Amino acid sequence: MTTMVQAIRMALHVGEERHGVTDIFGEDVGPPLGGVFTQTQGLRTAWNSPLDERGIVGAAIGLALAGARPVAEIQFCDYAFNTIDLLKLAGAMNWSSNGDWNCPMVVMTPVGAGIHGSIYHSHSFDAQATRLAGWKIVMPSNPRDAYGLMLSAIVDPNPVLFMAPKALLRQKAIGESEEVPGVPSDERELSKLIDAPLGDRSKWKPRWPDTPDLFIPLGKARIDRQGTDVTVVTYGRHVHVCRKAAEELATEGIEVELIDMRSLHPYDWEAISASIKKTHRVLFVNEDTEVTNFGEHLLRRTVEELFYELHAPPRVIAGKHLPGVGLADNLEKASVPQLDDITEAIRASARHEP
Amino acid sequence: MMTPLSKVRNLADEALKPELLLQMHDLMLKSRVLEERLIRMQKQGDGYFWIGGPGEEAFSVPLGLLTKKGEGLDYDYLHLHYRASGTMLALGADPVDALRQMKSTASDPYSGGRNFASHYSARKWNVVPVSSPIEVQYSMAPGTALAQRRHGGTGITIVTGGDAGTAEGDFATCLIWSSRKGSELPMLIIVTNNQYGISTPYDGQHGEKRIADRGAAFGIRTLTIDGNDPETSYRAIKQAMDYVRKERKPFLLEAMVSRLYGHSSSSGANYIEGEADGLKLFEDKMIARNLLTRARADEMSSKFTEALLEASKRVREEAPPAAETVWDHVFAERSVVGGSKKGAP
Repeated sequence: MTTMVQAIRMALHVGEERHGVTDIFGEDVGPPLGGVFTQTQGLRTAWNSPLDERGIVGAAIGLALAGARPVAEIQFCDYAFNTIDLLKLAGAMNWSSNGDWNCPMVVMTPVGAGIHGSIYHSHSFDAQATRLAGWKIVMPSNPRDAYGLMLSAIVDPNPVLFMAPKALLRQKAIGESEEVPGVPSDERELSKLIDAPLGDRSKWKPRWPDTPDLFIPLGKARIDRQGTDVTVVTYGRHVHVCRKAAEELATEGIEVELIDMRSLHPYDWEAISASIKKTHRVLFVNEDTEVTNFGEHLLRRTVEELFYELHAPPRVIAGKHLPGVGLADNLEKASVPQLDDITEAIRASARHEP
Repeated sequence: MMTPLSKVRNLADEALKPELLLQMHDLMLKSRVLEERLIRMQKQGDGYFWIGGPGEEAFSVPLGLLTKKGEGLDYDYLHLHYRASGTMLALGADPVDALRQMKSTASDPYSGGRNFASHYSARKWNVVPVSSPIEVQYSMAPGTALAQRRHGGTGITIVTGGDAGTAEGDFATCLIWSSRKGSELPMLIIVTNNQYGISTPYDGQHGEKRIADRGAAFGIRTLTIDGNDPETSYRAIKQAMDYVRKERKPFLLEAMVSRLYGHSSSSGANYIEGEADGLKLFEDKMIARNLLTRARADEMSSKFTEALLEASKRVREEAPPAAETVWDHVFAERSVVGGSKKGAP
C-alpha cells in the first residue's frame, strides 16, 4: 500500500508532467536527498534552495506572478512562522490589486506532533494558516486524499497551503478507499519504482506508475464514518485517532459521525451543519494549541447558528496552550489530545442529558 | 552624514540628447506637482494618508524611461517601493489615477480604493503590487527573475527599496538568491538612499560605509551614484541595465536621493529646506545650457498644477467602492498572470 509521502511525490510528478508545475523547491528538496521525508525524490523540477524560508516563500510568490507554477516547501511548519507576512502578502495579492494579479502557488509543509519531534518539530500551524485570508488551506488524512488535494492545489489559481500531518507521512493506505489509483498492488514493486535507493543515487531514475488526474475538490469535507449520535469534526492525524474512538464507542452502542474536513479553508460548513442537525451533538478535535484555536471558530459558528439544535454542550478538544510539545513521551501525551481523552469526551457528549 | 557622490565613476560622459533632457524634466516636474497635489488632497481631507516620492524624481523618472515596458517574461518586472510615482509617470501612467487612489474611489485602477497612495499595481506593465511592509519586495523579486533566467531574452527584474529597509533580512535574501553560483539572476537591485528610516538617521544604525558595498561579498557588481542628478541616474541605470540584460547577472545600484516632504503625512509632509532638490538643480542646469527658461519652467509647473487641481475636483465626485465589493477578489476564479506564458514549459 502507498504511503502519504509516495502519494505526494506521485502527485507532484503528475503536476510537473501534466499541469505545468515548473519548480518544486525548498531546503533539501532537490537531489540528492529529495526531501527530509523523501517526498520530492526523483522529481524533474525539484531543486535545493538556500536555507532561507522567507526567500523560499518570496521566490514562490515571484515565480507565481511571472506565470510559473511553483510548489515550495517549508521543511517543518515550525519554521514558517518567520514567513507569515510574506504568506499574508501572497494571500492579499489578488484582493489588494482589486483582481489585477493572482498568485497561483502551493506551499507544502509537515505539521503536528506524533513523531517525538520535540519543541521545534511538533508545532501545528492550523490557527495561523486559517487566519491567512486569500489562501486555501488543506490537510489530508490519507495517501489518496494527499494525492487528490495536491493536484487540486496545483491547478488552483490561488495560493494553497498543503499541510501534511508528519505522523502520517510514512503511514500506508488503509484499504482501497485510501489508495492512490493506478499504483501497483504490491508495495515492494511500487517502492522499487519510485523510492530512491540508499547510497549513491546519481544514476537512479524513478519509473512512475501511470496514475490518473484525481482532483479532490478544495473546500469539501469527507464523511469518514456515518453515525447518528455524535458528530466529530477533525482533520489530519486525528481522523485516525477519532476513528479508533468511534470504533470503540460503537461497541457501547454510540454511533459517531466522523467528518474529515480535508480543507480548513474554505471549509465545508454545509457538511458540518447538516451533520450537527442530525446528531445534535458535536466535538471539534485537533492538536493545535487551544487558545484561539481554529476549532473555536467552528464552535462559535455552531453556537451562533445551531444553538437550538444542540442537545449537549459543543466542545473543542485541542492541544494544551504550551510553548511547545515536550520530547519525553509523557510530556508529548500530556500536550496533544490522546485517544482516551477523545473517547471519553465523545462518550460524555453522547450521554449528556439536556 | 554620508556625502553623496557627485559623479558616476567609470561611465562614458557622453552628452544626453536635448530631447531626452527635456522629456526627463517634463516628467520630473509632473511627478513633483503630482506629489504636491496628493499631499494637498490629504491635508484637505480628500484622502487618509500620503506617502510618495518627492525627492526621488531624478532617479525614478530615468528608471521608468529605461524600463522595457510590457507584460510577461520578455519585459521588465518592477517590484517598486512606495516612492515611485516618477517611474509610473515615465511608464505612461495617467496622473489622475494616482489622485483616484488617494481619494479611495472605485475607479482607482491600482487597488479599487483598497490601498494607500503610491501603492501602484499594473499587470499590463509587470508592475507588481506595491505593499507597505518594508523590503518584502526584495524577497519576491528573485522569483520573477528566476522565471526570466529560465526564459532567456532581455527582460530583467528590477527591485527598488530604501536604505533603512536594507536592515531587514529580505535584503540579504535578495543578495543571496540573486548570486547563487551558476544560477545568477538577471536583477537590477536598487536602493534609493535618503539616509532616513522615518525619523531615524542612517548613521547610528548602519556600520557599512555604503550599502552597495554589501554586494561585493556576493560578487555582485555595484555602484553608488548621485540620484539627485537625472543625467547621472540615466547613464548609471542604462549601464547597469545593459549589464544585467546581457550578462543575466545581478547588479546592485545605490542612488543617494532626497526626501523632500519627509516620510509621509504622519510626519507633516512639509517641504524640507536644506536637502538637495533634484528638480531645482536640474532646472538650473537646463537654464544655464539654454535648454529651458525660468519662465517656461514656471509656466509648465503652474499649468500642470492647475490641470491636476481641476482633475482632483472631478475625482472628488467619483463614486467610492460599494461596501459589498469588499468581498470581491478574495479568491481568483482563474489565473491571469504570466503574460505570454512562454515561461512555462
